[in-house]
Amino acid sequence: MSTLTKQDPFSRLLESAPTNFTAARILAKECYLAQGIPLAKAEEYKFTNVGKKLEQNITNFFNADSFEVSEELIKSSIFEGFKGDVLVFSNGKFLPAHSAKIKGIEVSVLSEKSDLALGSIAKPEKDPFAALNQASFENGIFISIPKKAQILKPILLLFFNQANEGQVIQPRVWIEAGDFAEVTFIEQSVSLGETAYFVNKVVELKGGINTQLHYYRLQNEGKPVLEVSNIESDIQKDARFTSVTISLSGDLVRNNLSFNLLGSNSEGNMYGIYLLNGKSHVDNHTNVDHTIPHAESHELYKGILADQSRGVFNGKIFVRQDAQKTNAFQQNNNILLSDDAIINTKPQLEIWADDVKCSHGCTVGQLDEEALFYLQARGIDKMQAKGLLLYAFAGEVLEKIQEESFRTYCDTLIQERLGSKF
Amino acid sequence: MLSIKNLHASIQGTEILRGINLEVKAGEVHAIMGPNGSGKSTLASVLAGREEFEVTEGEVIFKGKNLLDLAPEDRAREGVFLAFQYPVEIPGVSSTNFLRTAVNQVREYRGLEALDAVKFLTLMKEKMKLVEIDQKLLSRSLNEGFSGGEKKRNEIFQMAMLDPSLSILDETDSGLDIDALRIVSNGVNQLKSDKNATILVTHYQRLLDYIVPDYVHVLYNGRIVKSGLKELALELEEKGYDWIKEEVDSAATV
Ligand SMILES: Nc1ncnc2c1ncn2[C@@H]1O[C@H](COP(=O)(O)OP(=O)(O)OP(=O)(O)O)[C@@H](O)[C@H]1O
Ligand SMILES: [Mg+2]
Repeated sequence: MSTLTKQDPFSRLLESAPTNFTAARILAKECYLAQGIPLAKAEEYKFTNVGKKLEQNITNFFNADSFEVSEELIKSSIFEGFKGDVLVFSNGKFLPAHSAKIKGIEVSVLSEKSDLALGSIAKPEKDPFAALNQASFENGIFISIPKKAQILKPILLLFFNQANEGQVIQPRVWIEAGDFAEVTFIEQSVSLGETAYFVNKVVELKGGINTQLHYYRLQNEGKPVLEVSNIESDIQKDARFTSVTISLSGDLVRNNLSFNLLGSNSEGNMYGIYLLNGKSHVDNHTNVDHTIPHAESHELYKGILADQSRGVFNGKIFVRQDAQKTNAFQQNNNILLSDDAIINTKPQLEIWADDVKCSHGCTVGQLDEEALFYLQARGIDKMQAKGLLLYAFAGEVLEKIQEESFRTYCDTLIQERLGSKF
Repeated sequence: MLSIKNLHASIQGTEILRGINLEVKAGEVHAIMGPNGSGKSTLASVLAGREEFEVTEGEVIFKGKNLLDLAPEDRAREGVFLAFQYPVEIPGVSSTNFLRTAVNQVREYRGLEALDAVKFLTLMKEKMKLVEIDQKLLSRSLNEGFSGGEKKRNEIFQMAMLDPSLSILDETDSGLDIDALRIVSNGVNQLKSDKNATILVTHYQRLLDYIVPDYVHVLYNGRIVKSGLKELALELEEKGYDWIKEEVDSAATV
């Protein structure tokens, strides 16, 4: 909790916020005001000073209006090889007219779903930005996959962002998937214009029994991007959710990702790569909550940091007293390619049950010189040998992406970045 | 082919090689023996271009070029091959992709056209036979989880693929059982020609029954203190190194 000496920059946005979801908005506003923008000493945000960045980059703290997105722009923004359905957003607002009608799935503007338990998964009391979004987002998207539906083609959530009067972009996504449903989402953003903006995204994922859900993200806007996201998911009995987050750029990016394992034999997998250069700053805060016995979580994040980039990894695993027979694994490995790159990595395990299998580990190192020499001694150019080793390092995460077109695309981007085409 | 003159090298300020002289001609096999820690692997590493070692004095001429001026990858492309005493495990790098990259970079340097997937596979199959290496091994990550013997075989397989003119085998025989030793030696012998040369670093005369050397050198304290013909290896096996150490040490105190 913080007492602001200055007026909160979002106060006017909050005053003019939409009035639908009344109860949820009121609660969220209270939660936001109680927490405020985290200050430098706030434990949860101590390495990622969002407040300062906002102060430096944003002058107009209103929601940016949506802007016209042309069909050509959409077409040219879809990555090569993608064969699926595209849902389009402009400054966080869902554009039904530009989006696919997907057979067997209900997709609508979120603000039309007033009876929804908004914020029941991404709870506003847990994070000020989640609260801010809930209190003041406009529009949003509602996606519902019916029971037993097997959606074979991936769904691309394509976000076009551009400062437009206001410089705040607040996408709000609600996805629910019924029992036994199977679906894959890919999230990607396209940055337009030169003016800075602030993305404050919330995604709530609600699954049923035995739901199989994949949520892939690519953060590769290539421009200074200031973004906070809260993605949170409830995972029920026999269900399996997998998230893969590939971060290749970002001026200041904070990804909060939470899985709540609520049913036995459920499984939550969190994977990520952050491959950073320049002054990029990417912070992955993950949270796995084991509330019941016999659930599993696997977590693997890998970082490659060059130049003056900075990575933050914070992995919370919470195993409650009832959650016997939990299997929870967490690993965070980092390679620093320059003396000026920084990684702050911290596993945070809280284990209250006694019959569990938990392991965690984090490493921070340089490129393996012996391996490098071995490759060079076989005639491979030094730069390329480095690329090969780094690519191999990242590969362990890449192979977790099951959707082939997206894996190939990320693979290509990463190889290009590492200069290891072979 | 290779001419080493008064080579001194040190690591972190400690001198390890203290004036090595060695001439190797095309078609020859040289064995280098010597007690633990005498500098054998250091010599091999310095020739291959390991940067941790600082060359403080001396020169190495390889096929008319100053070897010490070249980056490790260029030495390999020029034809120097080091079979590592401890081959490195590299998880995530597939043996096949690695080898194809290596072969094609070496070929490019030598003015040969790159091998396409089919030609590469054909070459690989041919060379695999030479060391009786299993295809399954090569579909795995480079050296990862390979047994000691498999790693050594893989080194010789790589050597066959890269077609070097000077091969330096650093204790490739250590830890091999007789069958594996026979296979590895057989591979080396088949690759031998009057155009290339081999340096065998070994502790055991046993290897020299299979790959017969033209010369045997004893490295001790960073210097080659004795050279002879293949019979020297037998003598060393029988008598150990103490007599040589004594000879050297007493000479030094005189
Ligand atoms: N990276 C290093 N840092 C410090 N000292 C080293 C390093 N590598 C080798 N040495 C030292 O250099 C000396 C020579 O080592 P080297 O490995 O060349 O010996 P060797 O003759 O190959 O021995 P062995 O028969 O045991 O393989 C040893 O005293 C060793 O401790
Ligand atoms: Mg050695």
